[in-house]
Amino acid sequence: MYAVNYHRAKSVADAAKLGKGDAKYLSGGMTLIPAMKTRLAAPSDLVDLTHIKDLKGITVSGKTVTIGAGTTHYEVATDAKLAKACPAIVYLAGLIGDPAVRHRGTIGGSIANNDPAADYPAAMLALGATITTNKRSLPADKFFKGLFETALKDGEIVTSVSFTVPAKAGYAKFPNPASRYAMTGVFVTKGKDGVRAAVTGAGDDGVFRSKEIEAALSKKFEASALEGVKVPSGSLMEDMHASSDYRAALILAMAKRAVAQANA
Amino acid sequence: MSEISMTVNGRKVQGTVEDRTLLVHFLRENLGLTGTHVGCDTSQCGACLVHVDGKAMKSCTLLAVQVSGSEIMTIEGLANGADLHPVQAAFREHHGLQCGFCTPGMIMSAIDMINRHPEGLDEATVRAELEGNICRCTGYHNIVKAVLAASKEMAKSTKGKGRAKAA
Repeated sequence: MYAVNYHRAKSVADAAKLGKGDAKYLSGGMTLIPAMKTRLAAPSDLVDLTHIKDLKGITVSGKTVTIGAGTTHYEVATDAKLAKACPAIVYLAGLIGDPAVRHRGTIGGSIANNDPAADYPAAMLALGATITTNKRSLPADKFFKGLFETALKDGEIVTSVSFTVPAKAGYAKFPNPASRYAMTGVFVTKGKDGVRAAVTGAGDDGVFRSKEIEAALSKKFEASALEGVKVPSGSLMEDMHASSDYRAALILAMAKRAVAQANA
Repeated sequence: MSEISMTVNGRKVQGTVEDRTLLVHFLRENLGLTGTHVGCDTSQCGACLVHVDGKAMKSCTLLAVQVSGSEIMTIEGLANGADLHPVQAAFREHHGLQCGFCTPGMIMSAIDMINRHPEGLDEATVRAELEGNICRCTGYHNIVKAVLAASKEMAKSTKGKGRAKAA
C-alpha cells in the first residue's frame, strides 16, 4: 500500500470538507483497503466515515424503510423489524462476503463503489430505492452509471437509502465458487408500480433491469411465466468464470428462484 | 504518521504508526502479538481474524488507525493463565488443527459465531459460518466438531454461572 493520510470525520459536513482532491471516502473498507493493498487504488487521503453516528441505523415506518449509509451488512442481516417488512433485503445482506466482512462492510460503501458483482445495487434498482446524499436525493435508476461508476460527484456522500416496501420481493444469487461475489444475482419486486427485476454480476456495464424478465413477470408473477423467455446475451459479461450465454441462462434460473422466494 | 491508542486483550496500548499500517502488522510488529497470522493477505482466509469491540473482523483489511479507541481481542487474550478458553480446549480435545496456521483465526471466528448464536449451533450453520476461514490442511471435520462441542460447553457454563459472553 502506498502512503496515505487518514482523517476521521466527525460529521457529514466535516467529511465533505475533508474530501478534496485525490481523497477517498472510507466506510467499511472491505473493497477499498484490498484495492489499496494491491495498489489498484492509491488515494492521497482517506476520510473515514464510520465514526459518524448520523449515518447509522435502520428505521421502518409503516411501509417506508430507511437505512443509514453506514449501516453494516450484519446489522441489515439481523434487524428484526426489517426482516418482517422486507425479508428479501435481509436475506441478501446475509449472503454478502462472510461474517467478518459483514461486520465491517456497509450499504453506503457498497452502492457508492457499485462493483458490477455486488448484491446491493440489484436490490436498490429493483426496489426503486431513493439514494440520499449530503446534496440531493435521486432514484436508483439514475444513481448507478456502469462499472464502478455512480452519479456521485466530488465531495458527495451517500447518507441513506430508502424505499417503499413492495407487496413482493425476492433475491437469488449464484455465487462465484471462489470469490462468492454474484456470478449472477437477480432481485425481483412486485409493487404498486408494477414488476421490477434487476440483475447484478452479469451485465458488462454493471447492474441493469431486465426488460424480458419484467415483461414476462408482469403478465403473471410466477416462475412458470419465465419458461422459454429469451434473455439476450449480447451485453452480458464474458470471462474465465462464465460465458455470456451461460450468464443469460443464469439470469433466467435466478429470476425463477427469486420469484419463487417472493411468492413463498 | 498518527498517534493511536487502543485496548488489546485488556491492556491499554499506544503507538505511533504510519497511517497505512494494517492492524495485523501493528499487533504483530509493534506489540509482538504474533498469534494473529497473515495468510492470504486478500481478506479471504481469516487467519488474521481478531475481535474489534466484540465483533470478528479481518485485521489484514483494517488500518490500525481506523480502530484507534477500540477494544481488540486476539488469540493471546483468551486463556486465563493456564486455563484455556472453552473453544481453545475444544480444539485441543477434538484435534481441530493440523499445521495450526489457521487455528487462531478459526478460534476467534468460532467464539464470535457462538456468541451470535445463543440458541445453539448445528453442523450446517457452523460450516456456513466458517465461510471466511480457510484451512489449507482441509481439517474441517474436526474443526466443526470442536466448534459444536465448545458451543454446548459454553451454553452449559452460561446457564450454570449466568456469566456474560466469553471474550
